[in-house]
Amino acid sequence: MSTPAVTASANAREAGSVRTVLRWAVPVAVLLLVVPWIVPPYTAILLTYGLVMAIGALGFNLLLGYTGLLSFGHSAYFGVGAYVVALMVKYLGVGSMELFLFGAIIGSVIVTAVFGWVCVRYTRIFFSILTLALSQVLWSLAFKFFWVTGGTDGLRVPTPSLLVGLVTGQGDKTDFMSHAYYHYVLVVFFAAVALMWVIVNSPFGKALQAIRDNETRAEFVGVQIWRYRFVAFLVSGVFTGLAGALWVPLNGLTTPDIIHWSFSGEIVFMTVLGGFRSFAGPIVGAVVFNYLKTYAVGYTVYWQLLLGAVLVALVLSLPTGIVGTAGRLAARWKKVS
Amino acid sequence: MDVLVIHLVNALLYASVLFLIAGGLSLIYGVMRIVNMAHGNLYAFGAYVTAWAIGSVAGGAPTVLLLVLLPVGALAAAVLGAVLEPTLLRPFYRRAEEYQLLVTFGLLMILEDLLRFIWGPYPLSASEVFENFGSLTIGDSLYPTYNFLVIGVGIVAAIFLWGVIYKTRFGVVLRATSQNMRMASALGVNVNRVYIQAFTLGCFMAGLGGAIIVPGQSAVLGMGIDAVVLAFIVVVVGGLGSLEGALVGALIVGVVREAGITWFPEIELAVLYLIAAIVLLVRPAGLFGRP
Repeated sequence: MSTPAVTASANAREAGSVRTVLRWAVPVAVLLLVVPWIVPPYTAILLTYGLVMAIGALGFNLLLGYTGLLSFGHSAYFGVGAYVVALMVKYLGVGSMELFLFGAIIGSVIVTAVFGWVCVRYTRIFFSILTLALSQVLWSLAFKFFWVTGGTDGLRVPTPSLLVGLVTGQGDKTDFMSHAYYHYVLVVFFAAVALMWVIVNSPFGKALQAIRDNETRAEFVGVQIWRYRFVAFLVSGVFTGLAGALWVPLNGLTTPDIIHWSFSGEIVFMTVLGGFRSFAGPIVGAVVFNYLKTYAVGYTVYWQLLLGAVLVALVLSLPTGIVGTAGRLAARWKKVS
Repeated sequence: MDVLVIHLVNALLYASVLFLIAGGLSLIYGVMRIVNMAHGNLYAFGAYVTAWAIGSVAGGAPTVLLLVLLPVGALAAAVLGAVLEPTLLRPFYRRAEEYQLLVTFGLLMILEDLLRFIWGPYPLSASEVFENFGSLTIGDSLYPTYNFLVIGVGIVAAIFLWGVIYKTRFGVVLRATSQNMRMASALGVNVNRVYIQAFTLGCFMAGLGGAIIVPGQSAVLGMGIDAVVLAFIVVVVGGLGSLEGALVGALIVGVVREAGITWFPEIELAVLYLIAAIVLLVRPAGLFGRP
């Protein structure tokens, strides 16, 4: 029971936080919109990859950051999104991006519902291992059923047509990817961010955080833990599935590698890099990780060593990630000036 | 009939190596409550060191000498473990489990590339030992004798561990720390020392698994990552932290894998993961785990 005064002040605080967020978000959004005309196509395409992964990491963080469940199996949902698209091309001859996204959402809802039904009974380490094991089931199927999935050769996906055929992928592929497709991904990204923002600030999102912080108390005040975790799992998986669907046309090929559990590790890595305690963390982390990995791979064959060392150093000294550390530095700077 | 015997021996072969890997993983979890994602890479490290010692350094030496060199990989893995625990893992005991998983995942990436850095991207083999042992006949088929040595080592390791944990003072301290770390510490157990000993022993077992399997196969990059997932299945089936569980889990996974390779190769791995999922559903703590 909250008195009107308390509600009013809470509303004011909410409004204040929305205003601060918009002060950040609007310039960033405008900058993102004009990026393809400023930077070379290669950089823009890299950023597209980063934005796609940001959607996936955002979904992943609903579980890690807001519900307190560390999934080591999110590659499964990413892979489901990607393979649904590839199979739609192979068997149905579909070429429309909207149908791809629709199919990927349906596919990832089904798989996430089944996996989630099993996994959310557990927490902590068991949750991590169980999600990992289940994702490996999908990996081994994609790996072994080569007459359906192409095995390690994978499946090719041609350039799709966007906006129910208004924009087709004819002509220069680089140009298409760095402009039309970039903006397509950007719009989906904005929608995903807005949706996730609403989710984590809704009563549902608050309940998840209550469960994360204290399961027993949350249960005591009437939160049905199992159901909330299940829905969080579902939403999280679908976001990652959507990212998988957006990733395939960009990459042009999908292989079982993206379902292997080490790819789940990369999703975890991105989120921790950005900072899983903040909303923007996974977004920043995914974009930065993508550049980091691309340059590390180009720079040395021992890129895993480099990334592993970065991860260990990060967890040791900067557990709040890029966003958390930047926030702390900004706060200190404000105090000094 | 003899085909069945061969399948059975093969299953035991898998089970022996898996027990060594998963037993170490389980021991470490039981005592330290850490799931070491890099555990498979310690197994790979053991395999690489032995393959290097037997294949490159002492190539052509008499079989007896090569056999003496076999455990080198296990010792190297133990030393690596003894270095890693105090430097990398100790700062994480007081922090959330997520961070422990992350730091060992980072370690996994680092070790994977260290192997590539030291021994290059090509497989390393130690087949000399394997060949020197020759083969024996089971019914009408030939079967490599060396595989029996691997099974023997697996059995000896299981008995040895059982002895250490249930019959020695060190085992009592280990079990006490695993049951209640604070209480053990209050009673004068040097917990830091127990942790380093347990971790070293676990790494030794993983390294031994790698060292004895490498003559029959080869040391390749990525073998650790594949092995650790199988080891997860074993400990999930058997119960995290339980050595009996690791033994039974390894036997189950060994048999299912052998059956899978023979009769349902397409879904062999899927069946294994599904078994793990089903066991977790029915008995969340595994067959032998403490809830």
